[in-house]
Amino acid sequence: MSVLSKLKETIVCLKAGRVTLPYPAQARPVPERFRGRPIFDAAKCTGCGGCANNCPAREILVFDVCQEVRVLQYLGRRCTYCGRCADVCPEKAVTMSHEFENATNAIGDIQQRIELFMSTCQRCGRCFKEPTTLDQLKMKGYRFDDVAHERWVFRSKAYLESEPVVDDIKIEWD
Amino acid sequence: MLKKLCQKMFGRSLWVYHANSGGCNGCDIEVLNVLTPYYDAERFGIKLVGSPRHADVMLCQGPAMRATGQALKRAYDAMPAPKLVFAIGSCACGGGIWFDSYSVLGPVEKVVPVNFYIPGCPPRPEAIIYGVAVALGLVDKKTAPVQFKQIELPIPRYHPGDLRGRDELVVYEKVEKV
Repeated sequence: MSVLSKLKETIVCLKAGRVTLPYPAQARPVPERFRGRPIFDAAKCTGCGGCANNCPAREILVFDVCQEVRVLQYLGRRCTYCGRCADVCPEKAVTMSHEFENATNAIGDIQQRIELFMSTCQRCGRCFKEPTTLDQLKMKGYRFDDVAHERWVFRSKAYLESEPVVDDIKIEWD
Repeated sequence: MLKKLCQKMFGRSLWVYHANSGGCNGCDIEVLNVLTPYYDAERFGIKLVGSPRHADVMLCQGPAMRATGQALKRAYDAMPAPKLVFAIGSCACGGGIWFDSYSVLGPVEKVVPVNFYIPGCPPRPEAIIYGVAVALGLVDKKTAPVQFKQIELPIPRYHPGDLRGRDELVVYEKVEKV
């Protein structure tokens, strides 16, 4: 009886055949709605900074170098590929690609940096009209994220000496 | 250089220790998914072991937490000398979405040196296999930093050092012209 059951088992196992995917040798397509790495299209980007304000991981930094040039830097270290940047972008400049093979030996490899030329408004210093959908993006005035240390700074007050930037927590070993 | 060294050092089977220091279990499930017959990481000689003393590779998942950071460090110290550390998932790579929480120290590279990063939340099992294949030198990495410069002009720079506080306001005072 037990021999018969073993034989049955063998037949079941043989029927299944080979299921292992030949993955690294052969590309494997992703589902259609899969969200991979976001791609920032510099040709479409207007530099409104809505993606930076809506990023839950605070991985998109905005730095106004001067009146005319704004730097947008996507770091991507703790990006969860939630797609909120692509959702909120009014110009559809951010697309969630199907790239998932992002393994690197240097974390800086997944950075994207855009330096944009901003035209000037005579009234407010920025180039946007008032109550539009862009008004919901909450980007007002200048912003100085800490590009050198790759930190997100919400208020420019953080640069004042009386209110220092909240530093990363120091590890205290026993 | 590192690749050649890896090929030489880890020419045979990689024994993998699976350390979760406060993740949400998403990456754990994906790592266990890699070991199933469907993806079958054992054809690369990868084997899951229960103790860091037997392991060549540590797979870190989850950020370094205030409570588990030291345990992670001790597990790393317990591993024998040629050792690799993989940071799997966005928590391990960059601190995760709760990076500014009180209990999160940050990415695991704050506690242990990380050799390979596999971002994703969670990364697909294919992405993890790809990361291992990059480490073993079977495939090349696909990512490279992207930089786009629209314009370059000799424009005077604004600098946050010129910001001054005045009661509730922040005033930009340019001290000297560039």
